[in-house]
Amino acid sequence: MDQLLQTLKDGVTLGSLYALIALGYTMVYGILKFINFAHSDIVVLGAWLSLTIAAKLLALMGIVDPPAWMGAVVLVGAMVACGAVGFTIERLAYKPLRGAPRLNVLITAIGVSLLLQNTGQLSALFGTSPRRIPDLLPDTTLLSIGQVQLKLLDVVGAGTAIALMVALEWLVFHTKIGRAMRATSHNVNVAALMGIPVNRIISFTFVLGSMLAAAGGFLWALKYQTIKQTADSSWVLLGLKAFVAAVVGGIGNVRGAMLGGLAIGMIEQFGAAYLSSSMKDVYVFTILILVLLVRPSGLLGKATIEKV
Amino acid sequence: MPLLEVSNLIVRYGAIEALHGVSLSVEQGQIATLIGCNGAGKSTTLRAVSGLLKPAKGSIRFDGKEITGVAPHEIVRLGVAHSPEGRGVFPQMTVDENLDLGAFARPRSEKDQIRKDREKSLDLFPRLRERLKQLAGTLSGGEQQMLAMARALLARPRLLLLDEPSLGLAPQVVQTIFQIIRDINAAGTTILLVEQNAHMALKVAHHGYVLETGRIAMSDSARVLEASDEVRKAYLGIG
Ligand SMILES: Nc1ncnc2c1ncn2[C@@H]1O[C@H](COP(=O)(O)OP(=O)(O)OP(=O)(O)O)[C@@H](O)[C@H]1O
Ligand SMILES: [Mg+2]
Repeated sequence: MDQLLQTLKDGVTLGSLYALIALGYTMVYGILKFINFAHSDIVVLGAWLSLTIAAKLLALMGIVDPPAWMGAVVLVGAMVACGAVGFTIERLAYKPLRGAPRLNVLITAIGVSLLLQNTGQLSALFGTSPRRIPDLLPDTTLLSIGQVQLKLLDVVGAGTAIALMVALEWLVFHTKIGRAMRATSHNVNVAALMGIPVNRIISFTFVLGSMLAAAGGFLWALKYQTIKQTADSSWVLLGLKAFVAAVVGGIGNVRGAMLGGLAIGMIEQFGAAYLSSSMKDVYVFTILILVLLVRPSGLLGKATIEKV
Repeated sequence: MPLLEVSNLIVRYGAIEALHGVSLSVEQGQIATLIGCNGAGKSTTLRAVSGLLKPAKGSIRFDGKEITGVAPHEIVRLGVAHSPEGRGVFPQMTVDENLDLGAFARPRSEKDQIRKDREKSLDLFPRLRERLKQLAGTLSGGEQQMLAMARALLARPRLLLLDEPSLGLAPQVVQTIFQIIRDINAAGTTILLVEQNAHMALKVAHHGYVLETGRIAMSDSARVLEASDEVRKAYLGIG
């Protein structure tokens, strides 16, 4: 019983993190039909910026224990900064390639990814060794059931992720700009004929995806505390799992990314708890293969039907 | 002064030149039709006018204003709506949402007018009214065509570009569509109609152009073209 509860809790916290990151992959794919390889590097940047902002703020105020509001400031700061970086990357690297063969864009994305990974390791930026983020939240236990402890950190983490996803869902499905995003992702040319400024919508999508990635990085830092250097290979695995979550949910589908993230988090945690923890990455990719065999367009992806 | 004036338009897809200097004009309040075989460049011409393609050379003037190279979302705001080939409805959105997108370019201050225009469009296409909550991808081909036209009208265009509205439709539906094209024009909208169905197109149009492999081969009043031997042989299958 304890183990079940514990695993469920871990599955939800990890899954909501994957979901946040998966959303960025899926939104960009939905509109530009390419896999933004640099997306996971924005997550890493978000984690490092969270650390930097937190450390700078504490030093500036000359205190050790951060007040409760500081977490929110760090989160917003990291999101805004990563949003700006996402905007710049799209403008400088991807926009000039609009209409170019997809392979060119893909290779450019890999280039951007390498650039971010290696620039991040400059000593003037984040350096080449792991660092620990200051504790932004007190280590409070809210609820204990048997051996299972529900910590403040768990609730804030999953709560933040879920709140952001609810906000995104509302934006995409209930606002004018959301409708423009969906139209652009269905058909860029027809969207333009409706009077939608498609280039601005694409920029906006990148900013949004990067902001969610930053939030993912922040929550990752909160959860694991030690942040590896930007070119560390463990980040690649994180990006890959989030990408798998997007594919499993149905790439291009916003609700699918949320579902896929949760599914991947659960599968990883349940597999680790009940089968073997050393194989947890294997379960994720096994599920990917299974889903692709049974439902190639993902759990919520629709094979598009268009009458001619 | 014509509402639309295209002169010496050259459009290329990569190394391939699809239009080799097309000139045509559409008079205010009229219907002009552009007919021609597959691959002649009819859709290319419309795409250049609505800004989806940047011409290599030539000029496009709308209402006396140069619009060559202007972005498509700006051209809609100037008063040109384009119902594209293959209809281009958004299949995963409802009929309702598709119609809303038609009015995307219009400011919030026109809300009441948009509601009225919507009613007018739905009066024109009553079948759509019964299907407002249905996904556009599940409409029949004819209904999708109606949706594409209704949606284009919601932009309140002064010039409507229609790309093969009768394609793949049953004869009765074709009759209906052409009657509606007449009605739209009678209500004051100027139309540039691209059609393979030259017979019907020349019947509703005031002026006609025949496009042959990227060049205007003939330009005359629709009556004259309808009666000309060349057109009758090549496009009407008579003689
Ligand atoms: N995206 C494209 N890339 C390359 N060539 C293209 C593209 N679109 C059209 N073409 C070429 O340009 C020429 C004109 O095409 P266009 O679609 O304008 O013809 P059309 O008159 O509309 O024909 P149809 O009646 O079959 O619709 C054709 O030779 C076509 O192959
Ligand atoms: Mg065509």
